[in-house]
Amino acid sequence: MSDTVERLGAPSPERLDRVIIRFAGDSGDGMQLTGDRFTSASAVFGNDLATLPEFPAEIRAPAGTLAGVSAFQVHISDHEITTPGDAPDVLVAMNPAALRNELPRLAPGGTIIVNVDAFEERNLAKAGYATDPLRDGSLEGHTVYEVPMTSLTLGAVEHLGVKPRDAERSKNFFALGLVCWMYTRPVEPTLEWIEQRFANRPQVRDANVAAFKAGHAFGETAELFDSRYEVVPAAQPPGTYTNITGNTALAWGLVAASQCAKLPLFLGSYPITPASDILHELSKQKRFGVRTLQAEDEIAGIGSAIGAAYGGHLAVTTTSGPGMALKAEAMGLAVSLELPLIIIDIQRGGPSTGLPTKTEAADLLMACYGRHGESPMPIVAASSPSDCFFTAIEAARIAVKYRTPVILLSDGYLANGSEPWRLPDVEDLPDISVPFATAPNHVLPDGTDAFWPYQRDPDTLARDMALPGTPGLMHRIGGLEKADGSGNVSYDAENHERMVHLRAAKVAGIADDIPDVEVEGDVDGAELLLVGWGSTWGAIDGAMGRLRARGRRVAKIHLRHLNPFPRNLGDVLRRYPHVMCPEMNLGQLSRLLRAEYLVDVRSVTKVRGVPFTAGELEAAALDVLGGLR
Amino acid sequence: MSAVELPPPTTRKDWSSDQEVRWCPGCGDYSILAAVQLLMPELGIRREDTVFVSGIGCAARFPYYMNTYGMHSIHGRAPAIATGLAMARPDLHVFVVTGDGDALSIGGNHLIHALRRNVNITILMFNNQIYGLTKGQYSPTSELGKVTKSTPFGSLDHPFNPISVALGAEASFVARTHDMDRAHMMETIRRAHEHRGAAFVEVYQNCNVFNDGAFESLTGKAVRADMLIPLRHGEPIRFGTDGDKGVVLDAQHGARIVDVAEVGEDALLVHDETRTDPGVAFMLSRLSRGPSEPTPIGVFRAVERLEYGSEVGRQIEEEREAKGPGDLAALLRSGATWEVT
Repeated sequence: MSDTVERLGAPSPERLDRVIIRFAGDSGDGMQLTGDRFTSASAVFGNDLATLPEFPAEIRAPAGTLAGVSAFQVHISDHEITTPGDAPDVLVAMNPAALRNELPRLAPGGTIIVNVDAFEERNLAKAGYATDPLRDGSLEGHTVYEVPMTSLTLGAVEHLGVKPRDAERSKNFFALGLVCWMYTRPVEPTLEWIEQRFANRPQVRDANVAAFKAGHAFGETAELFDSRYEVVPAAQPPGTYTNITGNTALAWGLVAASQCAKLPLFLGSYPITPASDILHELSKQKRFGVRTLQAEDEIAGIGSAIGAAYGGHLAVTTTSGPGMALKAEAMGLAVSLELPLIIIDIQRGGPSTGLPTKTEAADLLMACYGRHGESPMPIVAASSPSDCFFTAIEAARIAVKYRTPVILLSDGYLANGSEPWRLPDVEDLPDISVPFATAPNHVLPDGTDAFWPYQRDPDTLARDMALPGTPGLMHRIGGLEKADGSGNVSYDAENHERMVHLRAAKVAGIADDIPDVEVEGDVDGAELLLVGWGSTWGAIDGAMGRLRARGRRVAKIHLRHLNPFPRNLGDVLRRYPHVMCPEMNLGQLSRLLRAEYLVDVRSVTKVRGVPFTAGELEAAALDVLGGLR
Repeated sequence: MSAVELPPPTTRKDWSSDQEVRWCPGCGDYSILAAVQLLMPELGIRREDTVFVSGIGCAARFPYYMNTYGMHSIHGRAPAIATGLAMARPDLHVFVVTGDGDALSIGGNHLIHALRRNVNITILMFNNQIYGLTKGQYSPTSELGKVTKSTPFGSLDHPFNPISVALGAEASFVARTHDMDRAHMMETIRRAHEHRGAAFVEVYQNCNVFNDGAFESLTGKAVRADMLIPLRHGEPIRFGTDGDKGVVLDAQHGARIVDVAEVGEDALLVHDETRTDPGVAFMLSRLSRGPSEPTPIGVFRAVERLEYGSEVGRQIEEEREAKGPGDLAALLRSGATWEVT
């Protein structure tokens, strides 16, 4: 064309240290898949990364509406990062609703790539636009690329004979191809993935490949884009890496825990968002002898797990908040039976059905106190997607060693978010096995041997556990109060008080068996200590980095064990002039810390269905520090 | 493999725990406990391989009195707990002892799903048509109009027929017996135990404190012959002192009671507990609307269906045979991986 300047070869990519890209479209547009593939290609390329998938609760909300927008944010970098990023640098919007929904999040001056084909009157109206934002100047200050993705995709797949309706569904791969070109991602991982995934549907495979390649080629030839960018691999410790979501890491961690505990794995579970993927993943692992039961309800999920635990399996139940509420009575039974059991709560927005697909961490107090009677249970929480793997093993270790149910808290953000994970050497995983009783442990006054199921190990206070099938050790256990030692039903007042104290002491004593909390950052002389638990780890870490870069002296701790707390926690909290605790609830850990240690913990809260950004915590910390000046 | 070693002979005493039995004097549960304790030595199984699981209620104290493994759990959940145990440990003999409130009210969901799933458990449901442990409220099997503490003007809700419920859930083994006939209880529970899959046995049980005599018009020695309709596989269904009554199946009215003299012996329905379709068994379960009418006892249905726990085990074995045992290091590398050097 005569009105364009001839290009002097392909410009060399401009180097960025990091970039945050947000893919957004209709829930039927395949944005989660697009984001996931971009992530995977970046992971294999060697970037550090963190992701934030966000999708509506409806499987297919009305097309083109704000309610139906599904988004996937990915942060890639050439250095270590811990969050999916504060504000996206690039927004890929597949329709007007996606643009309208996501624009407020975009960084000032951020880049927008729109599927201009979708910007027609009906879609604009559905999104609530009175005028076309591409024409009315409302996007001023942003770099906007209008790409006719739908028509270019249709053109690219035309020769394959795909029906137009089906052909249009490949447009997410066009978008992926285009963004992969812009950020110089390798194309092979995506092409290989398409080949594998759609091997049985050759037409879909070919259409997706054609759309992906067309998107890539469009970037290269359209002369629309000023430059392309590259984010080089991050320096990471040597090893084999994979990109992992929290739920997959939990499932694999449970398989690992079963091997470490030398017990077969049993999962009783009822499908619930955002926990179901653990059931899906474990249902595949039959080669490991994993037995999964999709139970008739949440109560049967934990009930069957209690049965399997009694039979000597490493038993697990998985759920989210509403299911936790339903399982409460059975958890109390497990406390009374003193059976090893892992209860996994992938927290989501509540109360009630709340925000099923959005993250929150407001079940901590329920985990601590949500049962009748004095019913103590150890609680552990995962802090990142890959940390879910090790947290599962830790939960199993405590459960098996102390013959106790253990609650493991994760949340929707960790469950679906992903990060690169340097795979551990399986040989290095701990042996957490504890033998079962095989012989009588008590002599009755008449000299006969007996097995007393509530005879305890003097150090751990764990009770002796004999499995059905063990000759001579037949015994009955139940939810009625038991006599200390013999385990027979006892309504004796003194005995009940003793048993209440014994159960409490057993759980409290686990504090001797967990590591002290480790202070990071300005260990000596910090003016502010950040305290976190669960998925706030990344944002807190990012905030501390920014605050220290500003010259502020800041330290942080992150709690994996929430009951009991690490032994040194009180000393650490009292060591610093100011303590701030960010939580995705209204201050549940803050309340526990204040009650336990009488420390003036400042609570920072967010219950918006999305995680804290590092920027928000940086600002909150400055507020705490500034306000106290 | 060595020959299967038979367990050493045992007696009722071996199967009785050292715990004092604490049901009300005269309770029907005593005779059921005696029948079970007498039956166990005849089953050729070991005490240590036997587990009794219960929920809450008077019946739920049962495991404490058996010298086996046992768990007294929470209200209604015994079938769910037993399901997990039987899945995890197919080598065990898992019994569930429950009552009409435990099984059909708070635990109704677990009961029907355990039956449909056909996991290998033997469910003994003691039906006394009343809440005993909470001191006398009506139960889901109480007759309409029942006056109790919670229904001083008479109950308004239509009762469940437990056999109909079990058949509706397509249980593979469904039977009824009663606490006044030890031999019948022992035979029925023996059959239930021998069945592969979920077996459901309703045991009519007298609560002499809160619902005394609920089944007297059926189970009293003097009336039994005329009021209980024994179901015997392969035999025409007949009852009455001289076998003068029988059951026929006709297209218009389904199963109904007739005088044998009127219809002739050849017209009687021959009981077939192995019918794949539970329809006829269901009609038999509807013959009586309650214990005031002649009521069938015995095995309504006994069909073979894939047992859940074995099927779970089969999938594991097949997958291991096809792909080898699980390798954790390989699992961790099953997604896309890359090397950093």
